[in-house]
Amino acid sequence: MNALAGDVTRAPVERKEFEVVPIDATGIGSIEKPLSLAERLADNDLLRKLAILVVLAVVWEAYARFLGNPLLFPTFSETIQTFWRELTSGVLLDRTGVSMQVLLIGYSLGLVLSAVFTTLAVSTRIGTDLLTTLTAMFNPLPAIALLPLALIWFGLGIPSLVFVIVHSVLWAVSLNTLSGFRSVPEVLRMTGRNYNLSGVRFVMKILMPAAFPAILAGLKIGWAFAWRTLIAAELVFGVSSRSGGLGWYIFESRAELETAQVFAGLLAVIVIGLLVESVIFRTIEARTLQRWGMQR
Amino acid sequence: MANPGINAGVGGGAKAPSPILDVRGATLQYKTPKHLVTATYKVDFDVYQSDRFVLLGPSGCGKSTLLKAVGGFMQPVEGTIRVRDRVVKAPGPDRMMVFQEFEQLMPWKTILQNVMFPMQATKRFDRGEIRDRALAVLDKVKLSKFIDVYPHMLSGGMKMRVAIARAMAMEPDILLMDEPFAALDALTRRKMQEELLSLWDQTRFTVLFVTHSIEEAIIVGSRILVLSPHPGRVRAELNAERFTHENVDMPEFGLLMKRIHGLLFEESEPVPEPETEAVA
Repeated sequence: MNALAGDVTRAPVERKEFEVVPIDATGIGSIEKPLSLAERLADNDLLRKLAILVVLAVVWEAYARFLGNPLLFPTFSETIQTFWRELTSGVLLDRTGVSMQVLLIGYSLGLVLSAVFTTLAVSTRIGTDLLTTLTAMFNPLPAIALLPLALIWFGLGIPSLVFVIVHSVLWAVSLNTLSGFRSVPEVLRMTGRNYNLSGVRFVMKILMPAAFPAILAGLKIGWAFAWRTLIAAELVFGVSSRSGGLGWYIFESRAELETAQVFAGLLAVIVIGLLVESVIFRTIEARTLQRWGMQR
Repeated sequence: MANPGINAGVGGGAKAPSPILDVRGATLQYKTPKHLVTATYKVDFDVYQSDRFVLLGPSGCGKSTLLKAVGGFMQPVEGTIRVRDRVVKAPGPDRMMVFQEFEQLMPWKTILQNVMFPMQATKRFDRGEIRDRALAVLDKVKLSKFIDVYPHMLSGGMKMRVAIARAMAMEPDILLMDEPFAALDALTRRKMQEELLSLWDQTRFTVLFVTHSIEEAIIVGSRILVLSPHPGRVRAELNAERFTHENVDMPEFGLLMKRIHGLLFEESEPVPEPETEAVA
């Protein structure tokens, strides 16, 4: 109990008061100093990521040479050569074009549907219940599991692929968007209502921009899901017998035991993923979230 | 919007001026997941043109709820709230709200766009006029240099000035401020109080101001409604027109503070008259 008492005779040390004119600050020299080249290079996101890629490529090359079995695991340089050959011959571009077309149709359709669902969900209570129930039901369901059904309904062709892509995009994007809408600060909502905004205008002018971090995260996830689903679905069938998409190309190459081409196909999938992430989504982020101070 | 009502004003004839805001017997209740809470009980007050009307009370007395009801965000279960003789049914730009939270600014809009936004959204002003109005009001709050930056780059006090500018540019019938300076540091708060008063001096707008600080109520307010603790009931209505930052040291200021303190924290004692009590 006495531990808290301390020494009651203790008093603060006495010191004299003083006032001075602040000292001259011109001696600091330049207040802003440019960073050195090395510092600026280390600060460059792209450069750091490139360095990681280079290391991965070196590891790949070294392991493949050590293994020495091009049928199982071609070297990095061989894969790049095949990739370049297929690219310049136009085969790879063709296949990518076919995949992209289907992908964009499915992705946009998924986004439109998701916008309708989430707008309904924030405007009415029954809409919320509908969306949360549907999401809970369908989000865990792999899109590929619906492919047999899609084939029965729509046959071999683009509609089947679009169907499974929409399925994989819709729920992921809706889930993110809805949770984004729900986390918009109450004060911001009240501000919007104060200006007589309601319904679709309220969603467009207040909720969408305020929830944009979550929406963009949803768009990214949706994009990745769509890509995955498409490639997987194409592994099952090509769009038409003559020219399928990238997935079909990979499947064909495997059947012909052209392992380097399988790798080239996979590489194309990866390159497109990287480009979309680091060019398109990165630019959107820099122009919106970072400028608005919603993300660092 | 429908009622321009620039009637009477300062000219002051024989007729008694009609209040801008008329609250009669307002009982406000809201639901929490487990309870029905009565925030205020049968509250009456009138706010007239160019009043700086302060709602003062301990936390939990329903003053913010009262302000939200005037803003149209909730309906009284009993009694009426009228603004310019129209019953308040929903939020509207004739009653602009300024909140305590900095989140009220839209992070995706620049300062200028933030101020222009309500004017554009409500179409209350001509398209060509909006930008000039926004620039003029931003000049008044000394933010002309920052019109093109985004809110996250500003300090707390500056964000609050943007929020005030945005509300003032709309020229609402009444400005509703919900503890606007509570999130600011003491030095900035003092500066903002001074600026609010000097803005009021220039345009003489009508403002309903919620605070829990007795000192702020006396400095900012021209009339103070003191509410009793939970549920909020009218305890007193006092005049504080004569006090500003300059006379914080005056004995009357201290007396008024003590008087309000007594009203808030002592159980229903008779209210002493400050004139008779004035000590030398």
